[in-house]
Amino acid sequence: MIKFDMENIDVFYGSEQALKNVSFSVEAHEITALIGPSGCGKSTLLKSLNRMNDLVESCRITGKITLDGESIYNLDVNHLRKRVGMVFQKPNPFPMSIFDNVAFGPRTHGIKSKRRLNDIVEKALRDAALWGEVSDRLGKSALGLSGGQQQRLCIARALAVEPEVLLMDEPTSALDPISTGKVEELAMELSKDYTIIIVTHNMQQAARISNKTTFFLLGEVIEHGTTEQVFSNPRNEKTEAYITGRFG
Amino acid sequence: MLRLLLLLAGGCVLFFVVKQLYTYLPEPVLRRLVRFWDKFFLSLTWLFAAVTVLALGFIIFHILSSGIPHLSPRLFAVNVTLGDVSMFPAIVSTVLMVVIVLAISVPLGMFTAVFLVEYMRTGSWFVTLIRSAAEILAGIPSIVYGLFGMMFFRVFLGLGFSILSGSLTMSIMMLPLIIRTTEEALKSVPDTYREGSFALGAGKLRTVFRIILPNAMPGIFAGVILAIGRVVGESAALIFTAGTILQIPSSLFDSARTLTVHMWRLSSYGQYVNETYATAVVLLLVVLSLNAVSGIIAKRFTKT
Ligand SMILES: Nc1ncnc2c1ncn2[C@@H]1O[C@H](COP(=O)(O)OP(=O)(O)O)[C@@H](O)[C@H]1O
Ligand SMILES: [Mg+2]
Repeated sequence: MIKFDMENIDVFYGSEQALKNVSFSVEAHEITALIGPSGCGKSTLLKSLNRMNDLVESCRITGKITLDGESIYNLDVNHLRKRVGMVFQKPNPFPMSIFDNVAFGPRTHGIKSKRRLNDIVEKALRDAALWGEVSDRLGKSALGLSGGQQQRLCIARALAVEPEVLLMDEPTSALDPISTGKVEELAMELSKDYTIIIVTHNMQQAARISNKTTFFLLGEVIEHGTTEQVFSNPRNEKTEAYITGRFG
Repeated sequence: MLRLLLLLAGGCVLFFVVKQLYTYLPEPVLRRLVRFWDKFFLSLTWLFAAVTVLALGFIIFHILSSGIPHLSPRLFAVNVTLGDVSMFPAIVSTVLMVVIVLAISVPLGMFTAVFLVEYMRTGSWFVTLIRSAAEILAGIPSIVYGLFGMMFFRVFLGLGFSILSGSLTMSIMMLPLIIRTTEEALKSVPDTYREGSFALGAGKLRTVFRIILPNAMPGIFAGVILAIGRVVGESAALIFTAGTILQIPSSLFDSARTLTVHMWRLSSYGQYVNETYATAVVLLLVVLSLNAVSGIIAKRFTKT
């Protein structure tokens, strides 16, 4: 089943074009990896999917993006962002308690009952593989956690609103190898229930965890296919050059 | 003029010559020279710091030593007649004035700033207009505010000499300060917090009230502290609007003098120099304790 479908997307920042005629689709319950050198428009694509680009004044988007067959521009933007969660490159927990961080989303969407919030927070933290480390200090500030824990907290925070899709923009680039491993495992675990689109600079990571891989260059999709095919038998020589590390 | 220029030019030349000479000096001498200059400038900064502290210390000492011996129950008498020296009514008026001014200017200024920073496009003509208006307002001498308040609140709106006229005038005067400090505080909240909130599906309003404002609080508090200090210290604008009658105001439409105005009145009589100093002691204590209290509140806010 197709979750996100993109057709002929062009994105401009002012007069500069960041994405050119991008078309591909994302299958539900799969991990799609976006790879490509810095500045090729991977983050721009992610931010177009949950309309975070609306916040950039100079940004203009044309083309068709649908979520479950419905144009994302016909959805209420806050509801869209509830359905399509996002984890940022740098962990950005709010300066409040661990509990309040995770509960922020559910509270935003109208859940007030203390009992339900407790349940949601616990489930989200378990799903993010963080519960064991923080269950005894939920009331403490989230800023006291390590970088890896903060990132998993941000994942828990995103999961707490029960999204359908999770966008992850280089979620492990600021983390140590052990935390990276945990987040990777987590992503694979989560893909049973969620659709995941992950931007990564790490080829091994893309190969390890993703089902599909999309290779970007200078704002264009050069190649999109199953991860196995893209990595073992790339159709485009630029793709091959990039994944074998000859540029990037 | 010419001589000054010559002196300046000479100084520059000397500087470069000396700098050139440095390169020819042997290593150990150079090192000792550098260490000397380090010490020299360190001593200089110490000296300047000491001068500042001494000046402040001297003023405080002068006020305390000339004022404390003259603190007497008469200065705090609750029942006063016109022309009396008791500062009790003035303290009440000052507190009342501060509360009203903050109640008006803080919400107004804060929401103006929120609107400018969070809702308007940066650099739109409207933002520029309001910002330059605030800047111009900030640069106007307080006596001009006094004249404006006199003409508008006191005469045109018919509020007369009253706490209300004074408070409204002071509120306008405080607006630029509150707007400016709140704007700075809002801008210091990292964009990643805003992104995080929006990405969870929170709207603008929720993001502003739950994420941005709580994090901007310490900065906003700093502005409020400054505003309180300015209201307590103001005299010129109030003489024309709140008036100089020494009484405990029974309503907002009563005229009343604040502590600073009271001091000015006392000192202008000529025979109350000692009482003036005693009043200054109280004013000093009020300002210092205000600072301490707001410091504690600000610290409590930053902790969470
Ligand atoms: N907010 C923005 N304003 C203007 N230009 C931007 C903005 N964000 C990204 N760009 C530009 O768009 C291009 C793609 O950037 P980005 O999507 O961040 O690439 P990637 O995530 O692949 O490194 C870059 O040239 C970048 O300079
Ligand atoms: Mg990026």
